Amino acid sequence: MKILIYAYGNPGRQDDGLGNAFIERMEEWASENKIEGLEFDSNYQLNIEDAHAIADKDLVIFVDASVEELDDFCISKVTENSKITFTTHAASPGYIVDLCKEIYKKAPPAYLIHIKGYEWEFMEGITAKAIENMELAFEYLKPFILNPELLIAGDAGVKLREQ
Amino acid sequence: MTRKITIEPVTRVEGHGKVTIHLDDKGNVTQSRLHIVEFRGFERFVQGRPYWEAPVLVQRLCGICPVSHHLAAAKALDVIVGAGTGDGLTPTGEKMRRLMHYGQTFQSHALHFFHLVSPDLLFGIDADPAIRNVIGVAMKFPELAVQGVMMRKFGQEVIRATAGKKIHGTGAIPGGINKHLTIAERDEFLKGADPLNIEKMIEWSIAALDLFKGYHKANAGLIDTFAAFPSSHLSLVRKDGALDLYHGVLRAVDANGKKILHDVDYQDYLKYIGEEVKSWSYMKFPYLLELGKEDGWYRVGPLARLNTCDFIPTPLAQKEFEIFRAYTHGKTNNMTMHMHWARLIELLHAAEMMKDLLNDPDLLKGDLVIKGTKQKEGVGLIEAPRGTLFHHYRINDNDQIEMANLIVSTTNNNKPMNEAVLRVAVDQMTGQKEITEPMMNACEVAIRAYDPCLSCATHALGKMPLEINLFDSKNNLIDKKRT
Repeated sequence: MKILIYAYGNPGRQDDGLGNAFIERMEEWASENKIEGLEFDSNYQLNIEDAHAIADKDLVIFVDASVEELDDFCISKVTENSKITFTTHAASPGYIVDLCKEIYKKAPPAYLIHIKGYEWEFMEGITAKAIENMELAFEYLKPFILNPELLIAGDAGVKLREQ
Repeated sequence: MTRKITIEPVTRVEGHGKVTIHLDDKGNVTQSRLHIVEFRGFERFVQGRPYWEAPVLVQRLCGICPVSHHLAAAKALDVIVGAGTGDGLTPTGEKMRRLMHYGQTFQSHALHFFHLVSPDLLFGIDADPAIRNVIGVAMKFPELAVQGVMMRKFGQEVIRATAGKKIHGTGAIPGGINKHLTIAERDEFLKGADPLNIEKMIEWSIAALDLFKGYHKANAGLIDTFAAFPSSHLSLVRKDGALDLYHGVLRAVDANGKKILHDVDYQDYLKYIGEEVKSWSYMKFPYLLELGKEDGWYRVGPLARLNTCDFIPTPLAQKEFEIFRAYTHGKTNNMTMHMHWARLIELLHAAEMMKDLLNDPDLLKGDLVIKGTKQKEGVGLIEAPRGTLFHHYRINDNDQIEMANLIVSTTNNNKPMNEAVLRVAVDQMTGQKEITEPMMNACEVAIRAYDPCLSCATHALGKMPLEINLFDSKNNLIDKKRT
């Protein structure tokens, strides 16, 4: 079983680094509990080469900060989405999954965790409230990492905490 | 009746750029402006911070070209620590930075071509946006999509090996670099399993160039005239006139090829370049002081670089450069869509440069850092993928940054992008009563040629859907379209 947990965001922009912090938290927990089969990665944003990175995985979980009106966090299944904005140099999880499927003729089940953030200025450090949200997301995800079949089974296997 | 068309890119974290196009009562375009309405004051943010933090701090600007900011800041701080102006580093220090920079340029140019431009070329700029994207390319030309993905990956891995990590790289430090390349890293890039090796990257770069040239041959009317306009061009060039993306002197030529900035030391850039502030945009308008605000604007980026340099110091790219220059009979090339051609020649050059550097033993051993007598002020310039990037810092007696000035590539291209949109507006929007798909596409294509990064030009983070709003003379919204 190969599970990739992949965060994106700029940790130099306060809560935009929530995903990166989530990865550190999850990595530490996985190490302490000797959980195998997990891979972690993070970057400023997703881009086309990530289609290659997810191609051989059994499950992918993307993690991102969110400016949307969330209580704390949400998780949703990533659906293929070929939409791209006109000059952007980044891509959405749906775009990556779609590209992976077109190039490699397969794509793993993928989920996106959005964690609510509040401040986005030029400084490091995540706000206290955002860290609380991240902890909630972390606690929510742990059982699924221990039983990834629930997520791999897709919509029929688990009721997600969607927005 | 006067109508106003607004094209509004919306960003993730508040930053906005929008284009407004004004029509008179006969439907003629009278004015077009690219507005930038977000400013986040990055220069003020670094004030008071220890100078040695700058190469890492500046990567907070955005995640799209952090390596360019990292290296430009490091070059400015080389001056401050007394290590000279770019060519004063140890061989290892300079070559590792060059490898980082050419790796970045390679992945950036590959991304722009395969991700954003190839769909236009393969399907036509007036094709349905639902298929005019890289997913569409992957469906119809899967081998091309794979090339784009793997070229990006190769460049990203070069960055990781030289900068230390993907996020907030620390490779370049004031006065040099903090690591060597390992033999294993070098061998992986030189002889890695197919396709992730430098020979394949060169082969695919040539193929991308051939794809463009084939499209150009069949569509010369479009490529040669679309959003074309005469302008000056500015870039760094090596002291002997060669294309050099990492270091050199500043040169500018006018629309006819006459040198108007004669290979000057960029430490003195303030003697030659001014920045105009306009009330309707937070993005400044740089200009050559000698020519004044009205006439002194210039283009930067791949097209400008191939207009200013005399030759390219790698053989395959030089051969392509000769074809490129012959097309305009050696004169300045002012064709906006030829930016893509120039970018692909640079893609090939970057691949060749990486190969040369990877075969250089200085990457594996040798002194990493040099320091001399500390200075209070330093300027670092680099040819970022999108064009000339200026970083200027002054420090106080406590080693804190007391002044910072950044002119980013997209800011240098501010006026040219306005000009390109104006040309498109006149061609596509004159007499129109509603926003059409070709209008949207044309605006996209014109702006995209510059590969702008409004994220760092406006100091905001973002992605940019394109929105056009059409207003009547009383500011009533009468039509609205969004990509």
